[in-house]
Amino acid sequence: MRGSEDQGITLIKVIVTGLILLGILIIIILISLSLGPAKVSLRDILAWSVGHGALDQQAWMIIYKIRLPRILLAGLVGFSLSLGGVVFQALLRNPLAEPFILGISSGAAVGAIIGIVFGFGFHLGVPLLSFTGALFTVLLVIGISSRQGGLESATLLLTGVIVNAFFTAVIMFFIATTSDSRLHSMLFWLYGDLSQSKYIQLSVSLPLILIVSGIIYFFSRHLNLIVGGEDTALQMGVEVELVKWVSFLGISLITGVVISFSGIIGFVGLIVPHLIRMLLGPDHRLLIPASAIGGACFLIAADTLARTIISPSELPVGVVTAFLGAPFFIYLLKQRGSQWTQS
Amino acid sequence: MDPELILRGVFFRYEQQWCLRGIDFELRKGEILGLIGPNGSGKSTLLRIIDGVLKIPKGEILLRNKPLSTYKRGDIARQIAMVPQESTFRFPFSVFEVVLMGRFPHLGLFPFEGKEDVKIAQQSMLLTHTLDLAKRSINELSGGEKQRVLIARALTQRAHIILLDEPTSFLDIRHKVEIFDLISSLTLTQGLSVIIVSHDISLAAQYCHRMLLLDKGGVYKIGEPAEVITADTISTVYECPVLVDKNPISNTPRLTILSRKGEGRVTS
Repeated sequence: MRGSEDQGITLIKVIVTGLILLGILIIIILISLSLGPAKVSLRDILAWSVGHGALDQQAWMIIYKIRLPRILLAGLVGFSLSLGGVVFQALLRNPLAEPFILGISSGAAVGAIIGIVFGFGFHLGVPLLSFTGALFTVLLVIGISSRQGGLESATLLLTGVIVNAFFTAVIMFFIATTSDSRLHSMLFWLYGDLSQSKYIQLSVSLPLILIVSGIIYFFSRHLNLIVGGEDTALQMGVEVELVKWVSFLGISLITGVVISFSGIIGFVGLIVPHLIRMLLGPDHRLLIPASAIGGACFLIAADTLARTIISPSELPVGVVTAFLGAPFFIYLLKQRGSQWTQS
Repeated sequence: MDPELILRGVFFRYEQQWCLRGIDFELRKGEILGLIGPNGSGKSTLLRIIDGVLKIPKGEILLRNKPLSTYKRGDIARQIAMVPQESTFRFPFSVFEVVLMGRFPHLGLFPFEGKEDVKIAQQSMLLTHTLDLAKRSINELSGGEKQRVLIARALTQRAHIILLDEPTSFLDIRHKVEIFDLISSLTLTQGLSVIIVSHDISLAAQYCHRMLLLDKGGVYKIGEPAEVITADTISTVYECPVLVDKNPISNTPRLTILSRKGEGRVTS
């Protein structure tokens, strides 16, 4: 019997894959720590990270105060955006769905900017508004494109384009009309900027991200069935509406929060889940953790590239992801577009 | 023997208009019940009511003598499986993975299938002749192969009632026969009871033990194929002239659709 060797997805498989990817993540973090205008050797960092030997004062400042928070935040942002991509692709049954393409990232950014302009700059005001912006956009985009019953692929993507255009205009309006000096630096933030990373941002977002990913992972089998059609999922006993709204809420929450820290970074949720799907298959029990960790790896690498490639100046990390992501999107559209756009 | 399923005075509406009004019938153990009727007569709605996805405001459905409304969602899924008309997976799940998804209602909180589940999935694939397809992507299959895979998934669910919504609509004649043969042999060997919606009336008449003709949300006639499929009932309900004679081999009713001009080939 062919297929008898195929046991489907097992817990062992998920754990092993997860550990391998975590290993890769740690390697990428260590390499990224050593790269930058000031050279710190990988050997010293390794020794320091396992508790043997100390770095000199200046190296410690650079590693611990500047590079590490930035790398860790990049990891969390990549993790969340990639997770958001996987979940949107499953729930909307559309392989091209992603927080940036659907306009959710710019919706979150509008929320964050409103927070800054109107002085909600206290502790959680900006992330909270950013979350509100993200959730509002999710509802808006789905509301507009689901008018004829189902969610049609082309309509969904077009709605994303329009929403993106509108929110970008809103953001530019705020930037142009305010004299707030902070907002001028936000031009950079529009394409993703991780240079202002702080540990406090990590401690705000990490617990949220862990809780949301846990809940979403619990739904991974449900997502498999939803991909095969909502009716079948319902029949098998999946509470489709519950899964949908909890997921939309959770993803809006974490993408909103990370975008308020990082600015708009596109395509992570498109590139990473697709590559992982090609490697490991579409089962969400494996795809979700692998894409999330893969997203962290990817964005750390992209951000390291962004801060080193034209050193001593820096690129916004969104520029790097867009350089990779836009051609990838076109490739996907060309390659498989015809089979995806029919509903 | 008690029927598997009893419907009594079942009503349903999506909005204002009632689309099912007072449906009464029962599904006997081991029978294939053909559900026919014009587009919009309520066939698909009726299936979705039986599998508990749509809730009825009026009437009663008994699944093995207990009201359907007293079952939990998962309990229904362990007893009734649905084979949808078409299922598009947007991502390249393998045939094996799709069939294994039929174990969903049987898994508890631990989200992974065990050896026993894999064995059940493989048995179902053996019965539906889909083992060879195990590694293929569901999206690359032909219409007939895909239907067999979806039937395998329904078997993996280990339900004793299987509902099929127009499984043969998009198939050529050879594959239509294949699907009906498969369903017929499964009811015999696995003790299943089946409700099948079909527009292939003459073909269904050869396999179904009984047929139910729906008209505007009501049961127009139910009984053996020869009682239900007559020129009179079909032309009245479908508003289309037909000729019904006997299939000389199977002795079941055979339907010929007539041109509205009634005069053979239409020439200009």
